[in-house]
Amino acid sequence: MHLIRIALASLANRRFTALLTVFAIALSVCLLLAVERVRTEARASFANTISGTDLIVGARSGSVNLLLYSVFRIGNATNNIRWDSFEHFANHRQVKWAIPISLGDSHRGYRVMGTSTAYFEHYRYARSQALKLAQGREFADDPFEVVLGAEVAQALGYGLGENIVLAHGVATISLVKHDDKPFTVVGILERTGTPVDRTLHISLAGMEALHIDWQNGMPARGAAQISADQARAMDLQPKQITAFMLGLNSKIATFSLQREINEFRGEPLLAILPGVALQELWSLMGTAEKALFVVSLFVVLTGLIGMLTAILTSLNERRREMAILRSVGARPWHIASLLVLEAFALALAGVAFGVALLYLGIAGSQGFVQANYGLYLALNAPSSYEWKLLGGILAAAVAMGSVPAWRAYRQSLADGLSIRL
Amino acid sequence: MTEPLIELANLGFAWPGQAQLLDIPAFTLARGETLFLKGPSGSGKTTLLGLLGGVQRAQSGHIRLLGQDLGQLSAGARDRFRVDHTGYIFQQFNLLPFLSVRENVELPCRFSRLRAERARQRHGSIDAAAAALLDHLGLRADLLGRRADELSIGQQQRVAAARALIGQPELVIADEPTSALDFDAREAFLQLLFAECRAAGASLLFVSHDQSLASLFDRNLSLAELNRATRPQEA
Repeated sequence: MHLIRIALASLANRRFTALLTVFAIALSVCLLLAVERVRTEARASFANTISGTDLIVGARSGSVNLLLYSVFRIGNATNNIRWDSFEHFANHRQVKWAIPISLGDSHRGYRVMGTSTAYFEHYRYARSQALKLAQGREFADDPFEVVLGAEVAQALGYGLGENIVLAHGVATISLVKHDDKPFTVVGILERTGTPVDRTLHISLAGMEALHIDWQNGMPARGAAQISADQARAMDLQPKQITAFMLGLNSKIATFSLQREINEFRGEPLLAILPGVALQELWSLMGTAEKALFVVSLFVVLTGLIGMLTAILTSLNERRREMAILRSVGARPWHIASLLVLEAFALALAGVAFGVALLYLGIAGSQGFVQANYGLYLALNAPSSYEWKLLGGILAAAVAMGSVPAWRAYRQSLADGLSIRL
Repeated sequence: MTEPLIELANLGFAWPGQAQLLDIPAFTLARGETLFLKGPSGSGKTTLLGLLGGVQRAQSGHIRLLGQDLGQLSAGARDRFRVDHTGYIFQQFNLLPFLSVRENVELPCRFSRLRAERARQRHGSIDAAAAALLDHLGLRADLLGRRADELSIGQQQRVAAARALIGQPELVIADEPTSALDFDAREAFLQLLFAECRAAGASLLFVSHDQSLASLFDRNLSLAELNRATRPQEA
């Protein structure tokens, strides 16, 4: 016990260097854990994005591209597909349910998705969880009704009954607004932690009504304009959609139906298995993620080397301290353990401070990260993997501490009790 | 006559690759005796103290402390033997500046069970022993909790003396402990040290180049007379 007391008092005596060392270690530990958390969370939320869907079908492009725009609302479709193609496969004998998706509009940076009520019924995320309404109801017969994702409602402060105007295109700042046809919020979904939270859901009829008077990609002017009420009375059956999701009666049919869709003669289509495409996408990002992890490991190593340097440089000026300890009975191994203890104490303080920083950081940025990146960073206790990382850092610190310990051991054997000033 | 506390016989020592530094045919220190050993710097004084402390091992001859031949003990056993039976006071900077006065005084008891036991037997507890010694050496009780480096040099040397004496080691080795003090303080310090050594029954080996204090001791010797080795600077 007294060795610990001496080690701590000696460190306190050099508190400025000690604090800097602790701070360097803390920052590196915090970085490592933050990278680890974001990595784990990103992977989890990624894998949780969609479940229960057997096939996603869109215009022929790349599978990752199709996955990105249909599920993650990132990027755009290269082409639309015809409604009759959708109908053809929706009525296929192997198909249990089908969800049409129509994309292309946005509201203040959030994507608008046109779909059918089948979406609320069949879409699943995480471990087969269905979408639930936190407030209100699903959109119904009136085309100008919208159901908000949890984050949209929260971030923009919308409640039920709010009238909102959608914008054409998906840029954050949109020049063309559908301000002649406002939508009414009729429902708000519960939070899912997936891109659904960042989506505004309208009916396909609503999507059609928005663009019914558009010609050549431009809104109609003057007499050609069709008002919302006029639109309500018109036939709002869409001719085209962007993609659709399929649930099958039997998983076994997945591959044969996939081939059938890919070879469909009506128009070029692409069917993907969400799980396979997710894996493909993750393997793309996996390299970056691993690189990030390796970089943060090196940052920790740098922090520890900083500690090693600080202890080694202090050795010479502490020869007197060592000699005094020897004269009052400390054996050379006492001196060595004193230095290992010192390294351990610095690393322990660094790790503790780093973990505290991490939790402070998470508490402070939780909302921001969720709103902007859709990642929910929980204030969980460290996972067993994180404990292992922390233990590894401490072990590395002790291993490094043995370098000055060995030097001090040799030095104190040579110096003995004489104090060379 | 009782067995001497220190007994050197035909002691020979040289640092690796250097000329013979020490060659002492015979030297003894009786129990309870105070000895002034005059040794200018470079005379092998520090090395002799290292040998007596068991930090170095003699190449030839014997060093017996309390009848125990130090040469026959392992390095670890010599370390333990040293702290059990010897208290040290150095020239200056004796204390760990970051510990309190009390903690500094009690350090030998942390490393030596024997001295902790003796301190407890005599004073009831280690804390009480430290307080009593510091009181005898004229340090106010309110200094006990202070950091060692907040004290004056004279006070620090008295703390060092208390540390050397706690747990009643048989031998106190003082290496120029007064050189940082002014003349009046030196004598006062010595008188306190004598009194405490006497109370504890300890022998005092006092090494200094300052002859003016020699008359206060039971006996005084010169290392130059004791040591037969020819030293390079005299050659």
